[in-house]
Amino acid sequence: MRLDHTDQQLINHFQRHLPVCERPYLEMSRQLGISEQEVIERLQSLQSRDVVGRVGPVFEHSRAGASLLAAVAAPKEQMDLVAARINRAPGVNHNYAREYTYNLWFVMTAPDNEILEAHLDELEQELKLPMLRLPMVEGYHIDLGFDIDWGALL
Amino acid sequence: MNRPFSADYLAPDSAASESGVVSAWGRLRLRQQLEQGLPLTPRPYQALAERTGLCEQEVMNAITQWQEQGLIKRFGLVVKHRTLGYTANAMVVWNIPDEHVQALGKAMADVSFITLCYQRPRRIPDWPYNLFCMIHGTNRKRVLAQLDSLIAEHNLQHIQYSVLFSNKAYRQRGGRYVSHD
Repeated sequence: MRLDHTDQQLINHFQRHLPVCERPYLEMSRQLGISEQEVIERLQSLQSRDVVGRVGPVFEHSRAGASLLAAVAAPKEQMDLVAARINRAPGVNHNYAREYTYNLWFVMTAPDNEILEAHLDELEQELKLPMLRLPMVEGYHIDLGFDIDWGALL
Repeated sequence: MNRPFSADYLAPDSAASESGVVSAWGRLRLRQQLEQGLPLTPRPYQALAERTGLCEQEVMNAITQWQEQGLIKRFGLVVKHRTLGYTANAMVVWNIPDEHVQALGKAMADVSFITLCYQRPRRIPDWPYNLFCMIHGTNRKRVLAQLDSLIAEHNLQHIQYSVLFSNKAYRQRGGRYVSHD
C-alpha cells in the first residue's frame, strides 16, 4: 500500500517514544507541522486501512505473562478450517501459515504457564494433530519496530 | 472518581514512584485497556483514566514507569508490515551446536535485516532446530540473497537449516495477557 509523505513521517517518528503528556497528539502534530486533528484523523485512517494495528504499548511478553510458540501439521486441504479452530482458542494473537510440514504457526498467551498449558492441551485434543510446543529459551533480539524501507516498497 | 475495591486502592504499590501510589486494581484495568490500544481522542490518557478509575496523572505515571521498568518495551504505532508490502516473511531456523548457540544468537541480533532472533528447544526427532531468526522482506529473492550473505558472513555453510516463508496471516495482533478474548 502506498502512503503519502506525512503518513510515512508519522510511522518513521512514532513507532516508539509516543509522547506521554496530556495532549500527545498535539505534541506529535507540532513535530510534524500539521494540526492535532489531522494527526488523529491520520491515525484513524492508518488503523482502518490495517497499516497500523494499534497505537500503544508492546509489552515485554516474558514479563507480561506466559506465551508460547506452537505449530501443528495440518492436512493441506484443511488448513483454513484448522486455522479457524486455532483462532477460536483463548489467547491466540499470531497465527500464520508457513511452508513446511508443520504448516500452521501460532503464538498463544495466558496469564500464567499453567493456564497456557491447559489451553494448549485442550486445543491439541480438539485438533488431534501433532503439535510442537516451543517456549522461548532466550531472546536475543525481539523488536518489530524496525525502520521502514520506503524505497523497497515502491 | 469511582474507585472499585477500596482495599486494593489502598494497597501500596512497591513499584510506584514517589509521584503517587497507583492501585493494583486500576493498574490491571489499565493494562487491559492498553492492550486494546490508545484511544484516538485529544486526551487519550484522560479517557483511559475514566475507564480505569485512575486519574490522568496516575495513568501517565504508570505508563512511564512500565517503560522504565521494561514491562513496556516499545510505545507507539504498531505497524502491520504485511499491509505495507513486507510480504516475504521468512522464519529461518538453524540447528546450532549448543555450545555456540548463544554467541551466534547475539551476533545475528545485530544483523540489520534480522527483525527477531531467539533460542527455542529442539523437539527430536520432529524438530532439530534451536535458533530462530526472522527476516521481514519485500520479496523472496531479496530475502534469500540476505540469507546467503548471512551464511557466508557467519560461516554457517555446514549448519542444517530450513526457511519457512509465511504465505498467509490468519491472525496478527498484540498479546492480550490480562484481557479476555
